[in-house]
Order: sequence, then structure tokens, then C-alpha cells
Amino acid sequence: MIIYFMCLILFCVGLYAILVKRNLIKIIIGIIITEYAVNLFFILVAYRSKGRAPILAPDQIVKNMVDPLPQALVLTAIVIGLAVTALIVSIAVRVYEKYGTFDITKIRRLKG
Amino acid sequence: MLELYILSLLMIIGAIIAVEIKDLLSSVIAVGAVGLVLSVTFLILKAPDLAITQLVVELLCLIILIQATIKRGIPRVISRQSFLTIFVTLTFIGLFLAFAYSSLRDLPQFGHPIMRVANHYLEEGLNKTGATNLVASVILDFRAYDTLGEATVLFTAVIGVLAVLRKIGRKKTP
Repeated sequence: MIIYFMCLILFCVGLYAILVKRNLIKIIIGIIITEYAVNLFFILVAYRSKGRAPILAPDQIVKNMVDPLPQALVLTAIVIGLAVTALIVSIAVRVYEKYGTFDITKIRRLKG
Repeated sequence: MLELYILSLLMIIGAIIAVEIKDLLSSVIAVGAVGLVLSVTFLILKAPDLAITQLVVELLCLIILIQATIKRGIPRVISRQSFLTIFVTLTFIGLFLAFAYSSLRDLPQFGHPIMRVANHYLEEGLNKTGATNLVASVILDFRAYDTLGEATVLFTAVIGVLAVLRKIGRKKTP
């Protein structure tokens, strides 16, 4: 139970960065940390104590394996997270080219 | 069990350093450290496929972020946050943690997952798909449409990056 709570604290650190920071790169870092926390939470829920990896072997019994379904979903989510991060960073770089700063309070001319 | 606590504590410390440090490049490196510790955590939680994927994705993410931050003016953050903003944010985060802690008790106990669907996959996986790695059998056979959607999202994101960062056909800024 405490391990779930530590995972939530990691989520909250990312949330704090998204809400408070004014630098675009810091906001992107907050989004990345939030994503890591959610992935970790899914894998924590799937864990079986003293379980083994979901790979079949001759001495493997089914009742002894961890849950493979959240692992498959998180595998998809990690790759999508990379693509989303690349898209956000490219938008941030474009904003820097146009306005010359990463500070979101100085980017006022957000028209057209 | 103890190593999980140590690793998650390490991740929290790395995340706090990444959020609070002034230098942008150091902040990006701290995020890389958090991702690598997450990879080790996946390995301890018996998810080797995820550990490998997380390692590769983390390195690519680090390269992209360093490319974005390096050589871009003064990479230092001048922080002039108002006290009220930080206070309101911390209040909401505290409320969120309190509600989350009260609702965590309804989850299954750590180490005892509910595996109603997954038991079917584990028992029938070898006969139906012929794959010994059951994560691969779930991704590529039982839930292949999910992977198709993932590929769609991936290509859409790549098209978006190419459209945002293109050099030709852009209107000249006055």
C-alpha cells in the first residue's frame, strides 16, 4: 500500500511542475514524469508476490506468473509517450524560433 | 520489497531535482536518471520487455530533449513565482493525495492481482498463438488492433513533427 502512495507522490511532483513552472522545458519534464508515474502504477498493480516473468518455460506453472495484460498495455503507452514527447518538444522549439524564449509569460503574441 | 522502496525513493528525489534545479541541461539529465531507475524497477517487477523498451525510449527522449535545450540562449530559469500560485497548487495536490490515499484501500493488496482475463491468456496463450512470451502474444495476437492504433498514433506524431519543423513552404515572418 505504501508503494502505491510513493508512486502517487511521483505523480504529484510531475503535476507540480506542470502547474507552477513557467519554462516550457520544465513543463515538458513534468509531463514526462507524470507519464512515468502512471506506467509504474499499472505495473505495480500487475505484480504478484514471488511471481515470475510471463514467459513460458518447462518448469513454469501458470499460477506463478505476473499479470501480462497491463504489461502489454504499458508497452504501448511507453512508445506513444515517446511520440507525444517528440511532438511537444518540436512545438516548443518552434515557439523558441518565433519568440526567442521558453518563458511562457513572455509569449504574449499568441495570435495568427 | 525493500529494493522497491529504495528505487521509488530514488525516483522521487530525482524528479524533485529535475523540477527544482535552475540549469535546464542538468534538469534534463536528472529526468534521464529517473527513466533509467524506472527501467531497473520494471526489471525487478518482472517485466523484462518493458525494461528494454523503457531503456531505448529513455535514451531517445534524452537525445530529443538535449537537442532542444542545448545552444538555446541562456539556459537558466529565472523563477519569479508568486507565493499565491505555489500555495494554491500545493493545497490542491495535498487534497488530491488525501483523496487518493483514502481510495487506495479499495485496490487489491500489493502482490495479489485480480487476473480474471489474464488467466485465460496465460492458459490458452501457447495453444492459440504459439508464442512462449505471453506479453508478445497479447500485443500481437489477442490485442493486435491496439498495436495497430499505436502505429497510427506514432505515424501521426511523426507527420506532426515534420509539419511543425519544416523549413520550406513557411510564411516569412515580418
